[in-house]
Order: sequence, then structure tokens, then C-alpha cells
Amino acid sequence: MGRIIVITSGKGGVGKTTCSANLGMALAKLNHSVALIDADFGLRNLDLLLGLENRVVYTALEVLAGQCRLEQALVKDKRLHDLVLLPAAQNRNKDAVTPEQMKQLAYALTKKYDFVLIDCPAGIEMGFQNAIAAADEALIVTTPEISAVRDADRVVGLLEAHHVKTINLIVNRIRPAMVQANDMMSVQDVQEILAVPLIGMIPDDEQVIVATNRGEPLVLSDNFSLSGMALLNIAQRIEGKDIDFLDLDAPYDTLFSRLKRFFKR
Amino acid sequence: MISDFLERLFLGQEPTTSRDDVKSRLKIVLAHDRANLPPDLMEAMRQEILEVVSRYVEIDTEGLNFSLESDQRATALIANLPIRRIKFEPDAPSSASERSMPSQTARLPDAQLDSPGTTDVGSQPPPDIDLSL
Repeated sequence: MGRIIVITSGKGGVGKTTCSANLGMALAKLNHSVALIDADFGLRNLDLLLGLENRVVYTALEVLAGQCRLEQALVKDKRLHDLVLLPAAQNRNKDAVTPEQMKQLAYALTKKYDFVLIDCPAGIEMGFQNAIAAADEALIVTTPEISAVRDADRVVGLLEAHHVKTINLIVNRIRPAMVQANDMMSVQDVQEILAVPLIGMIPDDEQVIVATNRGEPLVLSDNFSLSGMALLNIAQRIEGKDIDFLDLDAPYDTLFSRLKRFFKR
Repeated sequence: MISDFLERLFLGQEPTTSRDDVKSRLKIVLAHDRANLPPDLMEAMRQEILEVVSRYVEIDTEGLNFSLESDQRATALIANLPIRRIKFEPDAPSSASERSMPSQTARLPDAQLDSPGTTDVGSQPPPDIDLSL
């Protein structure tokens, strides 16, 4: 039986879909079979980030309507053979499916795949309810900004109310230089405020935009990037490995700032 | 940078950073979100607590502060009620106590009323508050 993990945030634009695409790819790279479900009906994007948009034929809706088999709707990745995408319908809205139907789809996929990752839409309405219905684990993506953290906290409360047992936090788009200048919350600040276990921190990185332009998730790229590394580490932590967190401050640390921190203690 | 340094040197205080600001704002807003207490309920509770406390001590209404704070997903009601003076005869009108004990006024440190461990107060009546000073 595979694990069902929902990737959610509350606020839009914090990097849910980017994390879903990269973590799916990273887990497949680590030799797991992975099914990614795009739960963002009406505003689907996961196919774009994976570079699979031209190969979508059927969507989850056709499967539920009995117009095709689940197997037929799954888009297989050419680069990693153990990765498939179940696309969302683009021409319908979030009310097109029910939480019960999402459960059916996710449970069916757990029979064949080690990991079923669900990319949740922004907001806490129907689309969110659908996305979390089947999940027993959740990854909360947030950025070190007041609105993203507030929305993440709301989502944590809703997940707890829905008995999602395991909730882990990813803090995305950290700018270490701004944290050092005390103009941005640190990962520890965000983690303390939300009081949810941390599973990863990803620095703000222009390469993410380049990767999105190409439809090639960062973790597949041969060029080394700190954010790609951070995402690979998260995938390994999901596997249950104990991987140390990256020291994002290191490139910005000067002797003076180290001394200053030492004396502040 | 230089002005920060001068400020620290001469005034002996650290200027608050935007990081400190956002943390304190978030703590307050999350405490209210988590408790999900309607504002009228909060106001009614505030009035009642003030009423009880005022029976025993005279409160400085200017400096009082009443808010929810949360730590590690537990919400606490933090009431900071600066005390002007103690009334030595509880329940007596304040004018009487002032007449009988004119020289016994004391300025006490700010009292903290803390009720930890009240996470889900949405549907419950206002939490019990320990008023011991």
C-alpha cells in the first residue's frame, strides 16, 4: 500500500505545485513508483511544471465518468519511468468532483504506486476538501511572509480537524541575506510560530523559474542548485532518512556577522 | 547602519527590526485565529474580568492590555492590568477605602493573568482565569 501525501498551503503562489513536481520527480529518482494527482480542477498547472502538457489525453473527470480507465488517464513520464500524472480537468470547476470520488482515485493508485502525491489548490473551499479527503500525511508549504504563515496555520488547524495525522512543514523562498539583516523571518521563527515539525527549507532561487520555463523540474537538472539539493533532501526525509538541513546562511556569513551573533547570545 | 549604531550607543536600545515586528504581529493574529473567539465575547469577558479585579484593586485603565497569545499551538489569555492601589476593604466603594487609608497606597508590578492550555475555546464558555496576585 502506497502512502498518500497532500501538498497544501492555504495561500496561493508559495510553491505548492513546484514542490509537488520536484518531490514527485525526486522520489521517482530514488527508485520509488510515484503517482502525482493534480487536484486543482479548472486551474491545472502540474502538467506544465512537469513538461507533460502535450501528452494529456484524459483527465480524472473522464475516469470518474466511466469514459476511460484510470490506467488510460495516467500520463507516463518519459524521463523517469516510475512517475505518472493524473491530470485535472481544465474546463470544469472545483465542484466537479466530490471528496468521496477523490478517495476512490487515490486509494486505487495506492495499490500500484509507493507514493501518491496530491497537489492541492489554494484556498480552503471545495478543492481543498477534495484534495485532503484521502490523505493521511500532509506537507505544508509556506514562505517567511506574514500572510503565508497565517494561512498555513489555518490549514494546519483544518488538517488536524480532518484527522490528518502526520503534518510536516516546508519553508520555501528563504532569502538568507534578508534574514541576516533581520528583515525576514528565519526558518526557525516560522517553525516556532506554526509549531509543526520541519521537513525542509528551500532558498529563493531564480533557477526555479528557468526550470519552470523548460518544464524540467530542478531535481532532474544536471546543474547543481541549492534549491534542487534542498528538494532532494526533502524527498529523502520523506523516505524516512535522517538528513541534515543545509546551512543556507553559509555563503552570506562574514566574520563580522558571526561575531555579532556570538555576542548577542 | 550608522544611525542604528548611534541610536544603540546613545540611547542604549536596539531599534526594533521588521523581523521582530512581523513575529509579534503574527503571534497575536494567530492566537485570535486559533481561539476563534467572537469580538463581542472577548469584550464581554474583558468587562467581567475588569469588574471582578476592580472590586479588590484599583486598575490603571490607561495602561491595561488584554490579548490572546499562543505558544506551541496552545492559546493563552494574557491580561496586563497595572494596579494603581490596593483596596483594603474588598467590595467597599473606592471612595471609602481612600478615605480610611490615605497613606497606604502602593504601586504594584503589573499583574499577569495567564490561563494556559486552552486550545479549542471556540464552542466552550470563556476559560477559567486564575486571578491570584
